[in-house]
Amino acid sequence: MKKTNTLIIILAGILCSVACQKILPAAPEDHDLLDGSVQGLNNEQAARFGRGDLTFNNKIFTSETGLGPIFVATSCGSCHPGDGKGHPFTSLTRFGQTDDTGNKFHTQGGPQLQNRALPGYQPETIPPGATFSTFTPPMVTGLGFLDLVSDADILAMAKKNENNIDGIRGQPNWITLPSYIKPKENAIARYDGKYIARFGLKASVYDLLHQTVEALNQDIGITSIYNPIDQWSGQPIEPEILASEVHNLVFYLQTLKAPIQRNPENHTIKAGKSLFKSIGCEGCHRETLKTGTSLITALNKVEFHPYTDLLVHDMGSELDDKYTEGTAKTSEWRTAPLWGLGLVKNSQGGKYFLMHDGRAKSIEEAILLHGGEAKVSRDRYKELPNEDKSQLTAFLESL
Amino acid sequence: MNNKLYYSIITLLCFTLNSYAQIDSTLIKPGSDTTKRSLMNLEAIHNRPFTNIGNTPAALGGYMESNWQYLSTEGVSEGHQFQFRRLTLFTSATITKRIKFLAEIEFEDGAKEIAIEFAALDIELSPLLNLRGGMIVNPIGAFNENHDGPKWEFTDRPLAMTNMLPATWSTPGFGIYGKKSFNKWMASYEFYLSSGFDNSIIENSENKTFLPATKQNKNRFEESENGTIFTTTKFAVKNNKWGEIGISHMGGIYNKYRDEGIDIDDKRRVNIYAIDFNTQIPNTKTFVTGEFAWVFVDVPETYSQQFGTKQQGGFIDIVQPLYTRKVLDWNNATVNLSVRIEYVDWNKGRFKETGHQIGDEAWSFMPGISFRPSQKSVFRLNYRYLKTRDLFQNTPERTDALIVGISTYF
Ligand code: HEC
Ligand code: HEC
Repeated sequence: MKKTNTLIIILAGILCSVACQKILPAAPEDHDLLDGSVQGLNNEQAARFGRGDLTFNNKIFTSETGLGPIFVATSCGSCHPGDGKGHPFTSLTRFGQTDDTGNKFHTQGGPQLQNRALPGYQPETIPPGATFSTFTPPMVTGLGFLDLVSDADILAMAKKNENNIDGIRGQPNWITLPSYIKPKENAIARYDGKYIARFGLKASVYDLLHQTVEALNQDIGITSIYNPIDQWSGQPIEPEILASEVHNLVFYLQTLKAPIQRNPENHTIKAGKSLFKSIGCEGCHRETLKTGTSLITALNKVEFHPYTDLLVHDMGSELDDKYTEGTAKTSEWRTAPLWGLGLVKNSQGGKYFLMHDGRAKSIEEAILLHGGEAKVSRDRYKELPNEDKSQLTAFLESL
Repeated sequence: MNNKLYYSIITLLCFTLNSYAQIDSTLIKPGSDTTKRSLMNLEAIHNRPFTNIGNTPAALGGYMESNWQYLSTEGVSEGHQFQFRRLTLFTSATITKRIKFLAEIEFEDGAKEIAIEFAALDIELSPLLNLRGGMIVNPIGAFNENHDGPKWEFTDRPLAMTNMLPATWSTPGFGIYGKKSFNKWMASYEFYLSSGFDNSIIENSENKTFLPATKQNKNRFEESENGTIFTTTKFAVKNNKWGEIGISHMGGIYNKYRDEGIDIDDKRRVNIYAIDFNTQIPNTKTFVTGEFAWVFVDVPETYSQQFGTKQQGGFIDIVQPLYTRKVLDWNNATVNLSVRIEYVDWNKGRFKETGHQIGDEAWSFMPGISFRPSQKSVFRLNYRYLKTRDLFQNTPERTDALIVGISTYF
C-alpha cells in the first residue's frame, strides 16, 4: 500500500513536468503574426527592441504620466493592436487644410482633432468651415525597410509613370522639415527647401522619429524635448517622456519585421499574383523596393516586397475628403502598402475596415473604391470573371 | 442627507426588532469550526482558527499561500515561477464582555505590499445589532469577506472578484450588522458607511475601468478625495438544507467634483451589485459556491470608451469530495475534485463609431484536485485554461497554466 502511494506520487511528479510541455499550446507560426523583430539582431539590439516593444504595447499613459488633457487614445498599442491595422474606434480626424499653402486652422486646434479629454476638460470639436478627413491607423510593421528607400528611388518611380498608358502618375509629398529632424544622407531637397516625406496615409511624415514625436504629442498628448507644445494650452511645457524612450520607440519601429507572405507557391495565389500585375495594380502597388545602407544587417541593402511606391496618387472624387497635408492634393493618397493585408482582420476585430477611413468592409469594396489614376485598373478588375476575382483576392489575403 | 436618514431608520428598526431577541455570542466568538452549518458568510471574519495565548484574552492566527506555477500565453512562457502569494496574520482580543477586536494584516508577494485588511472593534448589543468600526472589509458579494486561501480549493482567487471587484477591499468605516435564526432559517444584514473609490478607477494603466486601481492610492485611509460617503448594504438568508444566498450593493461618488470649493465636474457615481450563494447538495455532498457582480460607472461622455461604463462577471466553484478517511495521523483527510468556471466582461457596450460590441473579456475554466489533511490546510493542483479577448474582439489569446500550491492556517 505504502509503496503504491509513493509510486503514484513519483509518477504524478513526472507527469506534471512533462505536462508543462504537452498541455500548454504551441506558439503561432511567425508568418501569422505581425509582431516580432527582423532576424539577426545582436543581444544589445534585441534588448532595445524589447524596451521599445514595452513602451509601444504596454505603456498606458494616465493623467499622472502626462496623458492629454486632450487626446485620442492612451497608448500606441491601443491604436495599432499587435502592431496591426487599427479599428475605427481609434481613428483620427484631421481638419483645416485644402491645398499646399498649409493649415488655416492652427489657432483652432488644427490639424488634429483631440476628440477625447480627461475628466474636467472639454475635448475639441471641428470648427465651422473646416473640411476634415478620417484616418484609420495603419499597421506599423516593416517600416524600417520603407524608411531606407532612397529619395532617388522614389523620384525614379514617379518619373517612370510619366507616360503610363493607364493614366497612373503619382508624385512624392514634399514637406518642410520640423526643426528637430535632420535630413537623411543622400536626401534630395526641392527648390523651395522641402523634402520627400513617406509615412502616414498622405505620406506627409518624414521619418520614424517625426512620426513617433507627433503621435505622442497629437494622439496621446505627450510632450517631448522634440515637440514640447501642449495641445490643450498651446504653450511649451516640460517633456512628459524621456528622449531615450522616444528613441527606443523609433528603434522598435525600425526593426519590426516585415509581414511574411503565406503559401506563396500555392497555385491559386500565384495565378492571383499574375492577375494583379496584368490588370495594372502593380503600377502603384510596387512589389519590390530596395533599402540603402543600414547598421542593422537584416535591413542593409536588401530587396523587400511592400506593394507600394510611397507616392501619392489622385484617387478620384469619391476618396477626396477636401483635406490634405504637405503638397499632396486633397484627392491624393499614398499607395497603401499591401503587405500584411491578409492579417489585418486579426487586429480589426475579425472584420475589414480598409482604405484611409476604414469605409471599405471587404477587399472587393476597397478595390471598387479606386478611382482617378486607378480607374483603368479598377475597371479591368470589374471585367474579370468571378474565378479570377477570387484568385486575386486569395493572393491579396496571402500577403 | 439621504444616507443619514437611511442610517437612522435602519438603526431604529433594529432596536425595535431586537428587544425580543436572545443574546447569542457566536457572532463574535473566535475559534469556531469553519464548516459549521449555523454560520453565515458575514461571520467569516471572526470564524477562523485561532490559538489562545496562555490565559490572556488575546488569540493569534493566520494563514499563508504559496505556489509553483508554469504558465504559457500563446506559446510564450516565463518559465517556472515559485510564488509566495501571501502571509496573513490575525489577532483577536476580547476586550471586555461583548467587545471584541480583530486585526488582519497581510503581507503580499514577499513583503512588497503590506496591508491592514481588517482592524475593527465589534460591540454586540444583541445578535441583531452589532456595531463595528475601524478598518472594515466591505460586504460586497461573499468572497471579499470570506477570502482566506485555505478555505478554497483553487490556487488563484476568482478573476471577477479581484480584477473587477477589488477584493480584498477594505476601507475605514463604521456600520452595523446582525443575524437572526428561525428554525431552519437564518437571515442577516450588514450596513456600513465608509470611504470609497477615486478617479483612478477610470484613469489607470490597466487601460480599462478598474476598481482595484484605487488600492494604489496610499492616502485613501486618511483622506477621501471628494469627502463623500460610500454605503455598503448586504442581506442574506440561509436555510440549513438549501444553503445561503446574499444580495449586496456598494456605491457612492468616486470623482473629485469640487476643488477648493469650486465645482470642477459633475458628481459621478459608481454602483456595484452582487449576488452570492453557496450550498451543499445533500445526496452527493457536492459544494457549489458562486458569485456574480455588476458594476456601473458614470464615465464622462467626453472621455474614452476604452473605459467602460458597465462591467459584469462572476464565478462558480463545484467541489466534489471524493473520499474522506484516515491517512497517516490525519483522521479526516479528504481528497476533492473541483472545477471553477469564471467570466469577466470589463467593458459592456457598443462602439459609437461602428455599433459593434466592445470586447475586453475573459473566460476561464480551472479543474483541480485537492488534498486536505484537515480542514485547516490544503494542497492543490490546478490546471487553468484562460481566454482573454481585447477591446476590439480580436481572436482571443489563450493562456494555459499548471499550478501546484499549498495554503494553510496556522
Ligand atoms: C489615436 C490612435 C493612434 C495612436 C495613439 C497612435 N497612432 Fe500611430 N497612427 C495612427 C493613424 C491614424 C496613423 C495614420 C496617420 C497619418 O496618416 O498621418 C498612424 C500612423 C503611424 C505610423 C506610420 C505608419 C505608416 O505606414 O506610414 C507610425 C510609424 C505610427 N503611427 C507609430 C505610432 C507610435 C510610435 C505611437 C505611440 C507613440 C502611435 N503611432 C500612436 C493612429 C494612432
Ligand atoms: C493609382 C494607383 C493605384 C492603383 C493602380 C491601384 N491602387 Fe490600390 N490603392 C491605392 C491607394 C492610394 C490606396 C489607399 C487609398 C486610401 O487609403 O483611401 C490603395 C488601397 C488599396 C487597398 C486597401 C489597402 C488598405 O490597407 O486599406 C487595396 C486592397 C488595394 N488598393 C488593392 C488594389 C488592387 C487589387 C488594384 C488593382 C486592381 C489596385 N489596388 C490598384 C493606389 C492604387
